[in-house]
Amino acid sequence: MEKIIEVKNLVKKFDSFTANDNLTFEVKKGEIFGFLGANGAGKTTTIRILCGLSAPTSGDVRVAGYDIYKEQEKVKQNIGYMSQKFSLYEDLTVSENIRFYGGIYGIKGEERKRKETALLKNLEMEHARNKLIGSLPLGWKQKLAFSVALLHDPKIIFLDEPTGGVDPITRRRFWDLIYETAANGTTVFVTTHYMDEAEYCDRISIMDAGKIEALDSPTNLKIQFGVKTINEVFVSIAR
Amino acid sequence: MLILFGIPITQLLIFGTVIKNEISDVPIAIYDESKDEVTAELINKVRSSGYFILDENLESINSIDQILKKGYIREIIVFENNFAQKLLKEGRANIQLIADASDPNLARLVTTYTTGIINDYVVKMNLNKGMPLQIQSEVRMFFNEEMKSSYQFVPGTMALILMLVSALMTSVSITREKETGTMEILLASPLHPFQIIAGKVFPYLLLSIINAFVIIFIGNLVFRVPIAGSFGLLLLETILFTTMALCLGIFISTVAKNQMVAMFISLIALMLPTIILSGFIFPIENMPKILQVLSYIMPARYFIEIIRSIMLKGIGIQYVWQETAVLGGMTLLLIAVSVKRFKIRLE
Repeated sequence: MEKIIEVKNLVKKFDSFTANDNLTFEVKKGEIFGFLGANGAGKTTTIRILCGLSAPTSGDVRVAGYDIYKEQEKVKQNIGYMSQKFSLYEDLTVSENIRFYGGIYGIKGEERKRKETALLKNLEMEHARNKLIGSLPLGWKQKLAFSVALLHDPKIIFLDEPTGGVDPITRRRFWDLIYETAANGTTVFVTTHYMDEAEYCDRISIMDAGKIEALDSPTNLKIQFGVKTINEVFVSIAR
Repeated sequence: MLILFGIPITQLLIFGTVIKNEISDVPIAIYDESKDEVTAELINKVRSSGYFILDENLESINSIDQILKKGYIREIIVFENNFAQKLLKEGRANIQLIADASDPNLARLVTTYTTGIINDYVVKMNLNKGMPLQIQSEVRMFFNEEMKSSYQFVPGTMALILMLVSALMTSVSITREKETGTMEILLASPLHPFQIIAGKVFPYLLLSIINAFVIIFIGNLVFRVPIAGSFGLLLLETILFTTMALCLGIFISTVAKNQMVAMFISLIALMLPTIILSGFIFPIENMPKILQVLSYIMPARYFIEIIRSIMLKGIGIQYVWQETAVLGGMTLLLIAVSVKRFKIRLE
């Protein structure tokens, strides 16, 4: 299967602190890849490097088939990013946000209108088209931020703790959206510290103190560690 | 700790040294029509007072307008011809003091001091020679005959408001995006950092231009500050200064962690130095050398000079090109440093 992310010997240091210590892993096209670990393990640092928000200290990184050192712009055109804060502009309407982000990726005019309608229909939010983002409930903002990040049909979408602060039902519904996206061929790279969400992924990696301590499908990991839940896998590693 | 004790102490020191009503080493010129011993004595007294520096001895009266427009000489002392003779025969002679009143405070100080020196001489002369002699000094406040204080305040207020508001707008806007997380999305997109910055600056530039228009008109219509020079040039210089202030705001956003800090720096940290060190109220010539040197890095200093020159003196670009160049240079420097800091943040 095609490799959509290839990381070899990635090192990231902040002065004397090593946030990413010699990471090597691959993500396959169409996978839902979960990137787990405790706070401070180095997850956010890695995802920022993959998105081109930060430069590695050393190591080879290829995203969507492009080298992040030399072909950064191509990488950015082919990825989508949803940050922890569900970043949409609070004092713009849903429609205005779509128009803005569409514009950044060169989606204008008729094409944009088509995509906007399709997006709102898919989320069942047609009536909210002209509502301010600030007036919407958190779960809706979350789904919108996700869909807007997909507007330009990227090959991969990076989600940094996308379900923080919402109730379990909303979280479950959000994962339905993720499944839908992956089924369409888009790779989903998601970081989370909710261990139950790990079960939803095709493969997961668990980071601890800057290193990858485990990488496999949830089922295999549970067998490997002889436990019943990913939570227990995580606890075994963290000890 | 540094802020708690450092700020009050620095402020006290600065305020204490700046707010004084003495002058020193103010450049002046002299036009001596008679060139006799009395005028020579008077000129000597003026020069050795420590308040003035004689920059030029003029040969004709025609160049007065030009000289004051250049902005370096603050006062021209004119002695009428046959000065000593008139004193002996008629018991009185005339001196004219022509001051550059585009800075009314300084002009007032300068003429007061000059008159003081002359009166001192008269008193001493009367004691020595036993005759009541009079030297009449006629004061002319060039560019501001009526000595309106609005001439002092309006240009300075323009500079202050444009500077603070522009810096505030961009710095808060960018740090807000950092706080809400939308900046990350922009950075992860194919947009170049320069495009992001330009996109933030441009709308505020348009708004600031409207602001500038309004301020100029209010200054002109309500406070009756004239626009003696080219309105177009005034507008262009205002746009340049505003752009500089907006870029300063961008720079502030690269050092400020959040909106509160950005606001603090833009309003409070910038405000006092700008008011005190820019020549807005307290003439720069009055300040101790250290502060005079510091005032060179205050952009408002150059802009106030430019506005006063255009509005009150009616001069053209040939006299203010230096100040304009400095403002232009500052803008480019701020842009370069900000883009660099933007990139470094990504490392």
